[in-house]
Amino acid sequence: MAAKQLTNKRTFWRQMNRYKSLWLMALPGIIYLLLNNYLPMFGTMIAFKNINYAKGIWNSDWVGLKNFEYLFNTSDAFVITRNTILYNAAFIVITLVCSVTLAILLNEVRKQLAKKFYQSALLLPYFLSAVIVAYLVYSLLSSEYGFLNKVVLPMFGLDPISWYNEPKYWPWILIIVNTWKGVGYSCVIYIAAIVGIDSEYYEAAVIDGASKWQQVRHITIPLLMPVITTLVLLSIGRIFYADFGLFYQVPLDSGMLLPVTNVIDTYVYRGLLQLGDLGMSSAAGLYQSLVGFILVLVSNAVVRKFNRDQALF
Amino acid sequence: MASSNKTHWLLHVLFIFIACSTILPIILVFMVSITDETTIAQNGYSFLPQKISFEAYRYLFLDSMTIIRAYGVTIFITVVGTLGGLLLTALLAYPISRKDFPYKNGLTFFVFFTMLFNGGLVPWYLVFTKLIPLKDTVWSLVIPGLLLNGFFVLIMRTFFATSIPMAIIESAYMDGASESKIFVQIVIPLSTPVLATVGLFNTLAYWNDWFNSLVFLSNSKLYSLQYLLNKILLNIQFLAQNSRNTNAAQLMATLPTETVRMAMAIIGIGPIVLAYPFFQKYFVKGLTVGAVKG
Repeated sequence: MAAKQLTNKRTFWRQMNRYKSLWLMALPGIIYLLLNNYLPMFGTMIAFKNINYAKGIWNSDWVGLKNFEYLFNTSDAFVITRNTILYNAAFIVITLVCSVTLAILLNEVRKQLAKKFYQSALLLPYFLSAVIVAYLVYSLLSSEYGFLNKVVLPMFGLDPISWYNEPKYWPWILIIVNTWKGVGYSCVIYIAAIVGIDSEYYEAAVIDGASKWQQVRHITIPLLMPVITTLVLLSIGRIFYADFGLFYQVPLDSGMLLPVTNVIDTYVYRGLLQLGDLGMSSAAGLYQSLVGFILVLVSNAVVRKFNRDQALF
Repeated sequence: MASSNKTHWLLHVLFIFIACSTILPIILVFMVSITDETTIAQNGYSFLPQKISFEAYRYLFLDSMTIIRAYGVTIFITVVGTLGGLLLTALLAYPISRKDFPYKNGLTFFVFFTMLFNGGLVPWYLVFTKLIPLKDTVWSLVIPGLLLNGFFVLIMRTFFATSIPMAIIESAYMDGASESKIFVQIVIPLSTPVLATVGLFNTLAYWNDWFNSLVFLSNSKLYSLQYLLNKILLNIQFLAQNSRNTNAAQLMATLPTETVRMAMAIIGIGPIVLAYPFFQKYFVKGLTVGAVKG
């Protein structure tokens, strides 16, 4: 209380002086965010320039929306936008359904040791890097020696498939791999939320003669809704950003698969480092950031309208 | 009773199936790595090799400089990045957690906004290559992107604000303790759960990182372990080209390519899978902390 009255009286500089140690503590972090996050935001002006290294970034000529025109006149813009959104939408729905279901089921496992083991196994893929995941997928799909081609397909009398050259299989492969890798993470969060539910609800429901399924439908799922909304909201806000590792590493950067594996993130990367097309790839990057930003704001506003407490901000 | 037993039994079947799906691919890679190369040429990758051979590991052991160097780089960036990142995160989170700090709202928004909008890869790349020339240095694996994450700052701020009583800080201040002393001797010791959580997330991010190597490195001596694995998966010859053994052509001829590749993967997975049972439970706690919104 006393401290608060004092701060009210103090002038700006005296206040700065009182809190200079706190400012000093925050300073390294502030500088880092300025360099790593804010400076690139101002750098988005590159998208409106024709970069000429001889002139430098500042002095290069402005070209207005030319870079964006080029980008949207190619079929690339459509393909990468479609891929990014469709994959992410599928990921959101499938991961949500699988992880809520598995969390509810895992909670029903009575043997503690088994439960712990299952949970650990479920979470394990989350710890593996995209490179390791690419190895695991390769061991199954390699056309010469892969487990599927050498053991599984012959069992059913089918011919081997040249997986890394066949785009039509990849939407399924990527969805399976993404679910396999990510389901444990959200499952753990839902399990934590289920454990937090007051057991009195269930006891009352049992006395009323509710079946297991009725308990799940009328108690567990409604009480999970806040967590579900937050997680779905976060992922809708990120729907324009793809998991670079999944789309670049797992298909082994195979050119044949690009029509179904190219997403905005991989497109921007290839534009920058493989083609050196600064203008177009920063235009694509800015397109991604802007739409992403709007999506975060919109999805948050929607939730806010229905339920203030569940909004992110 | 009978039907409930049956459903429990079904539950176990389902989860054992899922557990197999996560564990068996790793076992397959391991089995391939200890299979004889000619057996693979005949039968492909399989769980039960006809002939076991440790030739791949012997090969990697004989020419281990590339791997040891990559391990060294990864350990270095993981230790330095995790400790440095934790320090920066805590130092920034602490002021904005203090109710009496007059600029806490503005500074919180400064952190929060980084989670909403970013400049994209191109300007970010230019900052760390043109403005701050980190390209082809080990620091390009430590500093860009990974060091400080706005989300973790907000998680830590929430922890400080809710679990460290303001009264303790105020009384320490009255007793003449400096802000830095309060931070080091009171705040940090009371915050081990959140420090451990963010530390684990940082460690995993650095250990598993290959993106910074992909973007910033052309010098193969600095490759992190994951990126080396990536290079070898795409091109097994990479290992022979980078060995110190000058007779690369001869080396290639004797290289048991498929098994060496998978042996490399096992060397890369090893530490994570071995450490997993120990840190997994802390991580689960951490995920729960992370699920609480900033």
